[in-house]
Amino acid sequence: MSLHDLEKSFQDKIDKEIKIEPKDWMPEAYRKTNLRQISQHAHSEIVGMLPEGNWITRAPSLKRKVILIAKVQDEAGHGLYLYSAAETLGSSRDQMIADLHSGKAKYSSIFNYPTLTWADMGAVGWLVDGAAILNQVMLCRTSYGPYARAMVRICKEESFHQRQGFESLMVLSKGTQAQRDMCQDAINRWWWPSLMMFGPTDSESTNSDQSIKWKIKRKTNDELRQQFVDMIVEQVKILGMTLPDPDLKWNEERQHYDFGNINWEEFWNVVKGNGPCNKQRLAARNKAHDEGAWVRAAALAYAEKRKNKLKNKAA
Amino acid sequence: MNIQIRKFYYGDIPEDTAQVGSNHSTTNENAWPLWEVFIRSKQGLDHKHAGSLHAADAAMAIENARDVYTRRQEGVSIWVIESKHVHASNPDDAEMFYEPASDKIYRHPTFYDLPDELKHM
Repeated sequence: MSLHDLEKSFQDKIDKEIKIEPKDWMPEAYRKTNLRQISQHAHSEIVGMLPEGNWITRAPSLKRKVILIAKVQDEAGHGLYLYSAAETLGSSRDQMIADLHSGKAKYSSIFNYPTLTWADMGAVGWLVDGAAILNQVMLCRTSYGPYARAMVRICKEESFHQRQGFESLMVLSKGTQAQRDMCQDAINRWWWPSLMMFGPTDSESTNSDQSIKWKIKRKTNDELRQQFVDMIVEQVKILGMTLPDPDLKWNEERQHYDFGNINWEEFWNVVKGNGPCNKQRLAARNKAHDEGAWVRAAALAYAEKRKNKLKNKAA
Repeated sequence: MNIQIRKFYYGDIPEDTAQVGSNHSTTNENAWPLWEVFIRSKQGLDHKHAGSLHAADAAMAIENARDVYTRRQEGVSIWVIESKHVHASNPDDAEMFYEPASDKIYRHPTFYDLPDELKHM
């Protein structure tokens, strides 16, 4: 089959909603885009453990501590599901980890913001996980089979993350003035970075958008962002808190909420490595990996030794 | 083929806008092998493929599988097998391999037209 025919039958499969599996023929750009996207997604889960791990030892009660530990453990699991999916595209785990640690590979910029108070744990769960879920629900139907399966698994577990976040904020919102202030402050700091999580606006978009055509993505950044805004504006009312955007108002004609301009300069700055915690996050990842090297080597040596022992016994 | 992806999405920051870090080389010889994980969700059901993970040996693979794939009571039994031992059919052969079955409709019960009066069949 010629390359043209292969591409055509590939696109036919996509159009018929037939999932692409690892050993199927796929255009190189499809493979690369998926690999980049899935590995970035995996890195985001792993780096995402850091801002929350920061609060495990200082959680205000045993209940909140076990919830937070369970959530952070989930993120580790999600990272593993995604690394496995990415490995089916021909990259190795070691290569991806090396790319993350050298700064070559990216992860979601949101995790380069600091978690300053306990209320941030609630705000991260509600807003950051809330934004991630919208994206992930869409990705459950992505065209690459292993990615879609990983996302289904992740979505099943992620809903608890958002709910525990909102519940934790609800407790603060009914507390003392200091607790209410802390709740509002966390919302104020996380709102705009959460909106940025959906990525740049679609204004430069063309109809020939390959990612949509290949059904890697099924909604544009702006569609998802609007969905998020509409959802959160209603939810924040239940907390009795406000969102830090004076331009936020219902648009009868669009049947959506209008919102203010996003500071894209800040977004690109953080992406390029100049956010408040970029260096700290990468340093923490590198330290953990380097200090764990002897454990990985020891486990392998032990497995090797036992294998030889079994062999000798059999002989 | 000349397909370029210029636009990008949440969780997908293109390489050229991303800052490129220092050079590195990757060594794979120290990597833990890859294992496929199969989980029985409850007694009486088949083990089903759940995913894969890296582990130094089978015991660690089972422990890791427990931590990664059964945090919410998803299983009562785990099988692991090193991925390199899995043999698979080739998707390129799918037509030749599976097609012959599609014209044998007489293998299905609905092929046989029987009177409505006939019960319990």
